Amino acid sequence: MAVTGIIGKKIGMTQVFDEKGEVHPITVLQAGPCVITQLKTAAKDGYDAAQIGLVEFVKASKITKPMQGHFAKSSVPPVKLVKEVPVELASAKKTEDGQENGNGLKAGDKVLVDIFSDEKYVDVVGTSKGRGFAGVVRRHRFGGGPKSHGHMFQVQGSIGASSFPSRVFPGQRMPGHMGVDRITVRNLRIRGIDLDENLIMVEGAVPGPRDGYVVISKAKAPPRERRGFAGSGTVDPLKASKKASAKKK
Amino acid sequence: MSIHPVMQRLAEKLNRTDLPPFVPGDTVRVQVKIKEGDKERLQAFEGIVIARKNGPQGSFTVRKMSFGQGVERIFPFNSKVIDKVEKVRSSRVRRAKLFYLRGLRGKAARLKEIERA
Repeated sequence: MAVTGIIGKKIGMTQVFDEKGEVHPITVLQAGPCVITQLKTAAKDGYDAAQIGLVEFVKASKITKPMQGHFAKSSVPPVKLVKEVPVELASAKKTEDGQENGNGLKAGDKVLVDIFSDEKYVDVVGTSKGRGFAGVVRRHRFGGGPKSHGHMFQVQGSIGASSFPSRVFPGQRMPGHMGVDRITVRNLRIRGIDLDENLIMVEGAVPGPRDGYVVISKAKAPPRERRGFAGSGTVDPLKASKKASAKKK
Repeated sequence: MSIHPVMQRLAEKLNRTDLPPFVPGDTVRVQVKIKEGDKERLQAFEGIVIARKNGPQGSFTVRKMSFGQGVERIFPFNSKVIDKVEKVRSSRVRRAKLFYLRGLRGKAARLKEIERA
């Protein structure tokens, strides 16, 4: 399978113990099952991607006529939610039966959580919880005012100087709407995959409320590839330079 | 808020089932795994269970007197540190959390023993 992402749903959080006996906070995500509703190809659409849909009960009356036609085209049942995810091309990775589109994918194929079986990290995209019209203390982490001596608590204070520049600089942080933003959390470690229940457990928090929809994809830049990460065999700069100089001699 | 059925099933899968049933007031001996270098040995922690938190992330608190000093240890049920738990005896108690024992010592901190299956 060369699809790199899957649509999921946040179920809740709990904790697990690993082999060492250390406890880790985990978020349980129900990932899929998904179907490929459309394949986009470089030849036709200018880029390669798969449009996948989350298979979940959806009222027939909630499907618009255009979407009905779209689903009928690739003869898949109506799905709750449709998202586009990139695909890995066959040239980059070998597939079992790479005939169609060169990567063995076709519309109607199932996308299951097993696409992450060989992965250690995932990126998760979700929509954060809505905070409504929030003040500066909550929205921009301002310190707020003194709590006593007749002061107001959560006001932001001055927003600039007077006759010069006679205006407020763009980007001045002020109260306003907060939340309901698209948030990406990268490199969440996979702590378990349950193929029977289509569950994936990731370490740490995921944006959004319970039952919120998320897109889970293979980590774009897993930490092992980055420099200075403890797991990649950290290089002590002092020792490394010693070794290098020894080689020169 | 009720628990999501998926979380319920997951908790059943993850929770350990090898610990014997015990309640606050019971005296238990917890065999604790201790790592020394690359060797592992067991150490017993024996005391009265003074609290028990249930649920998927449940834990229990064991209190004992060590050289005149009260020592409490909180064990998560699923902790890998616990090798096994043995029930030593049961006592009659009238509440679920026995935190009042912290203020008592010596004879006053005794509990009346009962037979429980």
